[in-house]
Amino acid sequence: MRNISAKQTQKIAMAGIWGGGVITLLLLIVIIGYVLIQGLPGINWEFLSTNPKGGLSGEGGILSTVVSTLYLIGITLVILVPLGIGSAVYLSEYAPNNRLTRIIRYGIETLAGIPSIIFGLFGYALFVTALSFKFSILSGALTLVCLLLPTMITTTEEALKAVSYSYREAALALGTTRWQMISRIVLPSALPGIVTAVILCIGRAIGETACLYVTMGGSAAMPSSLLEGGRTLSLHVYYLAMETNAMGKAMATAAILIIIIILINGLTNWLAGRFQRKMKGIS
Amino acid sequence: MTVYNFNGQACSEGKIKAENLNFYYGNFQALRNINLDIPGCAITAIIGPSGCGKSSFLRLLNRMNDLIYGSRIEGTIELDGKNIFDKDVDVVDLRKNVGMVFQKPNPFPISIFDNIAFGPRQHGKKNKIELEEIVENSLRKAALWDEVKDKIEQSALALSGGQQQRLCIARVLSVEPEVILMDEPCSALDPMATLKIEDLMRSLAKNYTIIIVTHNMQQAARVSDNTAFFMMEEDRSGSLVEYGSTSKIFTNPKDKRTEDYITGRFG
Amino acid sequence: MEIRTDFNKRLREIQDDILIMGSMVEKAITTSIKVLKEQDMTLAQQLIDDDKYINRKRFEIEEKCIRLIATQQPLAGDLRIIISVLNMLTDLERIGDYAAGIAKIALLIGCEEHLKPLIDLPRMAEKTVSMLQRSLDAFTKRDAAVARQVIGEDDEVDKLYDQVFRELISFMIEDPKTITRATHLIWVAHNLERSADRVTNICERIIYIATGKMEAYNYKNKN
Repeated sequence: MRNISAKQTQKIAMAGIWGGGVITLLLLIVIIGYVLIQGLPGINWEFLSTNPKGGLSGEGGILSTVVSTLYLIGITLVILVPLGIGSAVYLSEYAPNNRLTRIIRYGIETLAGIPSIIFGLFGYALFVTALSFKFSILSGALTLVCLLLPTMITTTEEALKAVSYSYREAALALGTTRWQMISRIVLPSALPGIVTAVILCIGRAIGETACLYVTMGGSAAMPSSLLEGGRTLSLHVYYLAMETNAMGKAMATAAILIIIIILINGLTNWLAGRFQRKMKGIS
Repeated sequence: MTVYNFNGQACSEGKIKAENLNFYYGNFQALRNINLDIPGCAITAIIGPSGCGKSSFLRLLNRMNDLIYGSRIEGTIELDGKNIFDKDVDVVDLRKNVGMVFQKPNPFPISIFDNIAFGPRQHGKKNKIELEEIVENSLRKAALWDEVKDKIEQSALALSGGQQQRLCIARVLSVEPEVILMDEPCSALDPMATLKIEDLMRSLAKNYTIIIVTHNMQQAARVSDNTAFFMMEEDRSGSLVEYGSTSKIFTNPKDKRTEDYITGRFG
Repeated sequence: MEIRTDFNKRLREIQDDILIMGSMVEKAITTSIKVLKEQDMTLAQQLIDDDKYINRKRFEIEEKCIRLIATQQPLAGDLRIIISVLNMLTDLERIGDYAAGIAKIALLIGCEEHLKPLIDLPRMAEKTVSMLQRSLDAFTKRDAAVARQVIGEDDEVDKLYDQVFRELISFMIEDPKTITRATHLIWVAHNLERSADRVTNICERIIYIATGKMEAYNYKNKN
């Protein structure tokens, strides 16, 4: 066997690690760059301010899809965040370490691995049909909540667990109740992590198509209430790409989607950073 | 026998009284038949090798062990004649009365002011002027006021380790306890900061009952009025070997095991 | 397994040193009385000169004790040993001085004939040396009982001293010309009596090492 010196192994390992990093970065640049180059020329005021006209030609803009997307995300978050944080707090702070808890955890982990279309079918059966919310933003949002809840719970739980046990001890030793300890010390300290969980969920919500296809319908009209159907941006990209020949418009819509995602990421990172600096007193 | 503390005050006997105390984690017995009578307004040090149950004992005194799933207690610990494990004792009130300082300084990641005001606020004090007074008084008692009075709104995490620990002591003082438990409060600090904390403990001993668990025998010798030596039995449960005035324990212990431990010839 | 090996070694060394110093002092007392008896001026001078070795040994041990206290934080039994050793050093060193003092008196007396044959003084010296020997033995064995016994024996030395004192006083009353020579011998007796007292101090320290108790003994009035 050839004798490879420690230095050589080190070099090879470093090359591998660097290579991986460079490839990831290149992929990112290529994908975003391609979409932006293809899409940006198609963006103008008219594109942003009119609704899609429907039909095979893919005429019209994207206004109603932007509004639907924002509606959908708003409603989803309003339901998802309190439910997710509540469950995470229960699991990390209150749940005894017993069989029931283990089953709940197992359930959550399993749910996280189920393909989104299955959630879509479930949402169709429950919200659209059984509860007769029809194809609507509400049905879509509730389905998204089901889809994202596992992610939200596990990520938030991680954030809660990352809060030093010593803070909890210190608070309890001062004679606070458990809830005071959680609400005044643990949750504020875990906020950056919780914000990350929310960003992750927003990202997935924006990108989701399959489960929304079967719960929101695909109406390109401007939604006037939660019980009306709608079409999100990514769903619109799908329609444009698969059912029309307006590839340019699909690219332009995709570019808008990417810009929105970048903006949301940037904003939340900025907020979390600012908050964390304030907590640590570096500012 | 009247017990006197360093300051020459007569200590009230039996401030805290453990009787036939057994403590279990599940099937494991962590403490065996502890009988200990801790005087008020004095410093009592608990020493012993790792795993001898000294921290477990300390944490029973403010029922921090309640947090541990599957722990079980037999016997009583009386605080001013009242068994703290009685059903009608509110653990929140107990902890207000029996404060605790931990091994690693653990200020909350908020401002110095908010750290000290945290306890009083949770106990319903909202008046800004009143809070300011409490914060200043607590910091003064903890000998920290002069060092931080100009940066009271800054984050507590920006303080040095020793200052953070004194902040934690001030935080305990803010809720006006009678007893302060200290679990190796100086093990993360440098020698100067350690001596400052010890000075502080001596000045606090005039008005508070302090119980300190420490690995540092010199510290126990320097700071305490009485010393209790805990050791592991063969089944690994902890028990009290010897308890007496610190000067007695460190010059002429009765038990051979105490002698071996404090002269560093254990095992 | 032994822990604190280095500390143990140093502590043992100090205790060995004390025994060495003890035997040096023992020898000094024995020699001093021999000098007096045989009126050997060379040996007397040598004994006076050799006292510096005892002093040197004392400072050497003292320094070792201080170093151990400063660096090793001895506690409990160890602390009692070191503190007691520090006290014993002064006592031993003093007994050495008394021996040298006797040699100086021997030089003063010179070859002048003694007032009477020396009988009680050698007995006092013998008794003192035996007390010292047994106290050092009690130190090695941490034997409080033997130490207490040795303290009790001080009475015998005191009695001998009283006897010698009275005898010499009567010589002086009878014949004032004997005053100088008698006074010299009283000094010798006094030195021996004080040496025995120092031995009882050492015994008290041994009791402290063994029991942790400081027992003070009441001596009959000393001068």
